[in-house]
Parts: sequence; C-alpha cells; structure tokens
Amino acid sequence: MTGPSPAPQAAVETVGLRKTFGSLVAVDRLDLSIPRGQVFGLLGPNGSGKTTTIRMLCGLMQPTDGTARVVGLDVHTDAELIRTRIGYMSQRYGLYDDLTVGENLRFYATVYGLHGAERTQRLTEHLEELGFTERMGQMAGTLSGGWKQRLALACATAHRPEMLFLDEPTAGVDPAARRTFWQIIYRLAERGTTILVTTHYMDEAERCQRLAFLSRGHLIALGTPTEVTQQFGQANIEDVFIELQRRDEGVRA
Amino acid sequence: MTRMQRLRESRFWPMLWKEFIQMRRDRLTLVMVTVVPAVQLLLFGYAIQTDVRHQPMVVLDESRTVESRALTAAITNTGTFDYAGEVHSRREIQLAIRTGQARAALVIPPDYERLIKRGETARAQMIVDAADPSSSQAAMSGAQLAAASRAQAIIAERGRIRLPLEMTVRPWYNPAGRSAVFIVPGIVGVLLTVTMTIITSGAIVRERERGTLEQLIVTPIGKTSLMLGKLVPFVLVGYLQMTVVLVLAWAIFDVPLVGSIPLLYALASTFIAASLGVGLLVSTIARNQAQAMQMSFFFMLPNILLSGYMFPREAMPDVARWVGLVLPLTYFLKVLRGILLKGSGLAELWREVSALAIMATVLVSVSVRRFHKTIE
Repeated sequence: MTGPSPAPQAAVETVGLRKTFGSLVAVDRLDLSIPRGQVFGLLGPNGSGKTTTIRMLCGLMQPTDGTARVVGLDVHTDAELIRTRIGYMSQRYGLYDDLTVGENLRFYATVYGLHGAERTQRLTEHLEELGFTERMGQMAGTLSGGWKQRLALACATAHRPEMLFLDEPTAGVDPAARRTFWQIIYRLAERGTTILVTTHYMDEAERCQRLAFLSRGHLIALGTPTEVTQQFGQANIEDVFIELQRRDEGVRA
Repeated sequence: MTRMQRLRESRFWPMLWKEFIQMRRDRLTLVMVTVVPAVQLLLFGYAIQTDVRHQPMVVLDESRTVESRALTAAITNTGTFDYAGEVHSRREIQLAIRTGQARAALVIPPDYERLIKRGETARAQMIVDAADPSSSQAAMSGAQLAAASRAQAIIAERGRIRLPLEMTVRPWYNPAGRSAVFIVPGIVGVLLTVTMTIITSGAIVRERERGTLEQLIVTPIGKTSLMLGKLVPFVLVGYLQMTVVLVLAWAIFDVPLVGSIPLLYALASTFIAASLGVGLLVSTIARNQAQAMQMSFFFMLPNILLSGYMFPREAMPDVARWVGLVLPLTYFLKVLRGILLKGSGLAELWREVSALAIMATVLVSVSVRRFHKTIE
C-alpha cells in the first residue's frame, strides 16, 4: 500500500477497490483516503471511473473486489446504515418534476426519517437558506437549471448528512448559479460535512482542498491542487487535465 | 417493534404520499383508467349486440308446403337470420355449419302443414351454432320470437285456440348457452388486467428513466416500502375502474347483479393484487417504458384468448388449458360470473380466490426479491 496509513476517522477509505463490467475494468485497485470535513475533488476524463467510484461508495453498485468504508462503515455489509448518513446528488438531480419544490423536499426529508416538528423546522430553515421560500409551490419541472440544482442539493442534505457525494453537480448550469452553488458547498464544509465532488470545470477543481486524478480506472495523482500541478510539471489544473487526456488517447490509439 | 413502527422505519408512508400526489396530477393516466374502459365497454358491448343480426341460415324443408315456406319467410323477415340456401339432409346441415357457410339451420318436418291444418301443434327445430357465445343466445331467442309471431299469424288466419307451432332450439357446440350477459362481466376482468398491468409496469421503469430511482436507492427507503408504496394507489385505481365498468354494464347492458356486490369488491382485491404483481414483475425486467409496454401487451393476448373470456376453456386443447391455469384472469372470470350471474358465494368460489391470493403473494414477493437496490 502506498502513502501514509489513513486516519481512523477518515470519511472515505478504500483499499484495492475494483469494478469490472465484463471485460471492461472501470475502476482498478483504487486506494483512497478522504479525511473528514474536506472538500475533495475527483477528476478525470470521461470514462475514467469517477462516477463508478462514487456509485460504489454510495451503495448504488457492488464493488467487484476490494474494500471501501464510508463514514467508518463497510459498503459491503452496512450499505443501509451508510445510506442514512450520506447525501448523494447525481447529474440527473433525481427530482420529481410533477411535485412542487416543497413536496420534493418534504418527500426526501421524510424518506430520510425526519418527521413532525423537527421536519417542519428543518425544512423552513433549509428553504430560507437556499432562497426557496417564494418558490415553495412551484413545480420542480418548471425550475431553471440553477434552481433545480439547488433544490437537488437541498433534497440531498435535508437530513444533514456527514458526507455528501456530488457527481458532476454543476454540469449545464450558468456561471452565476455555479458560484452560488459553491458558496453553499463551502458553508456545508465549514459545518463539518465531508464533500466528494466530481467535476469537469477546472475553476471548480481549484476550489477543492485535495484532488485525485483518475485515468482509465487508475488513480494517477493525489494531493492539493498545487501539488498536483507541480507533479505534472504544468502551469495549472487545466493543463494537467489536457495532458492526461492526451496521454489517455495516445494509449488508446 | 410493532408493524406500524416497522412501516414507518422502512419509509412506506412518504412513498405512498408522493405516489398519491403524482397520481392526482397525472390527469392523462386518470382519464386512461376510467374513460377508456368505459368507451371500450360500450364498443365491445354494442359489437356483441349487433353481431347477432343477419346470421346465415340454411333450411331443411321436408314439408315443402305453403305453411312451411311461410315459417321460413317469417324467420328471415326478423332480420336475425338470412336465407342461405336449402339443404336436403341432416348431414348437409352439419357440413354447412362446420364450414361456416351457415350459423343456423331451420328444420321443418314432413308433417308440419298437416298438423297445423288438423289444429294440432306442429314442431319445427332451429339449430344454432353456439360456438361463438356472444351471438348464440340472441340468435336463439330471435328464432323463438320469430316462431311465436308466426304462431300468432296462424291463429289469426285460422282462429285456433290451441298453440299451432312450437319451435325447439338446439344450440350446437356450446350447449351451455353463453350470452352477451355472460361476456360483459368478462370485459370487466379483461379491462382490469390490461390497465392494471400496463400502468404498474410503467411505474418503476419511469422512475428509472427519469433518474429518480437512482436517487431513491441512495436513501434509506426499504425496497418493500418502495414497491408497496407504488402499488397501493393503483389498488384504488383498480376499484375505481371496476366501479365505472360495472355501473355501465348494469345500466346499459342489463347485466344482472345477482350476487353480493360487497363480496365481489372484497374478492376482487386478490385479483387486483395479482394483476399489479404482474405489472411489478414486468417493471423489474423491462429497462424502459417501451419495453414495459410491449411486455404488458404480450401478456394480454393469452389472457384474452385462454382465460375463458372469449372461448370456452372446456373446448380447448390441454396445453392451452394449462396455460390458462396460470393466468389470474381465468380465476377472476369465474368469480365475476359466479357472483354477478349466479349469485355464488365464498362457499363456491374459495378455490379461485385462494388461487388468486397465492398468485398475488408469489408475484409481489418475487418482484421485491428481483428488485435490487443497485443500478446495475
């Protein structure tokens, strides 16, 4: 095993994590450790295994091999328990278009086990904080991209999860909305929420405290944005990314 | 933990609440499950009623007299039967009906006119092909009516007090004499099967397509709650649909409601649950809504053909009968017809009801087992 032994309180901890689909190796022997309270970026070209990794950690997919612990619990044996303590937001948002903003939020909050006065209070706070109070009665399907994204985040965090997984949360959202979104992310991190985010936007990658680069299922770089750029001898993360993609395509051709 | 606590723990109620809101907003589906069956019932029902006119009829006239020709004319004049030629023996009748050249045969014995002239009761016979249950009953009563009106005419001409003509009707191929009244309760069952299967099969597949299933899977919701929460609202839809169709059947097609309606509603729950189970099973197999739809249609065909709705199961080859035994509709048709037409009770129907309850349990639990809280 490479690197220092992980902290006992790590939010995510994988050893030799592997996922294959038939002959395709989507994620290969991934060792990753994310300390609690960190905003951690998972980067890599399309098909590098980012989404598969997140899906294994959230219990959406069974790993083919290796172990993974999320918030201290094993994904093989404690998947249901993990689900109560994490939040997940996918590229597709997972909102019900035919429910209103308030109903979507209430549904997810209740599914996460909130009820009674606690639920009412939490939802009110949440809606205010995210600026949704006036849109309570609006159908989720009629919201713009940025608002949908914010609502999806609200639904994924209504139960105040310890750990939040964001799979390309800002794809197809305008810059202003992206900025607001990141402000919320930082606020969550300040409260101690660990955040694992995948992204294609380099400015977003640079906002992360630590980064992991995946290429064809392999972890090829790990560290702070500065460390990673130095490791590849590039000027910034974007150049690292392009360099990686070039190498990837070189291998394939 | 009490059962209620377990339900709460597994998040059944929020799922149910959400489904009800979505159902209320989904006007198109609501229209589909109420108006469409009503229209279909009307179409089916009227098709059955108009079907009985102009049945081709051959005549075996062994009397060959003015009176016998008058009877033939009286019968063809009603419009129920059309003259389709003369035959000369019973064998020819059989041939004509088997080949479909005729659906009925009028047999007038040699002594027909003599008996009428003597003031005695003459007998004629009408043979009706009853293999098509939808038309035979009306054809038979049509023959009786025509004979009765001819008898009246004879009385008017000759002034006899004694009944001059007696028409016996012999249904062939289906002596039980199934009628339109027999068919309409079947339509209730068929329509329930079709819509229940189609709308449930789409339910989980739709969540998968929209990406909300992925989101649900990462929540602590239990898979049984997830599936039951989706099913329960459809049970109410099933009852709504059954009510619409039954009221129409009763009001427009004079389907008798002999037995206990509360009993019918209580027993229908097993059939509705089994149909929903089929839909649920389809939804765990199909990858998208188009596939779910295709599978549901594929399931419909054996239901219509083999359940005893269209053709009598007694007349089917063994293999077809066995296939019919695994269809919920086969059992529900017996329940429907038993209660509506014969006034049967649980004492006569417990076998069918048990079969349905077992099917429902097996289908729902197999679906729940097949459904994994993963997206692979």
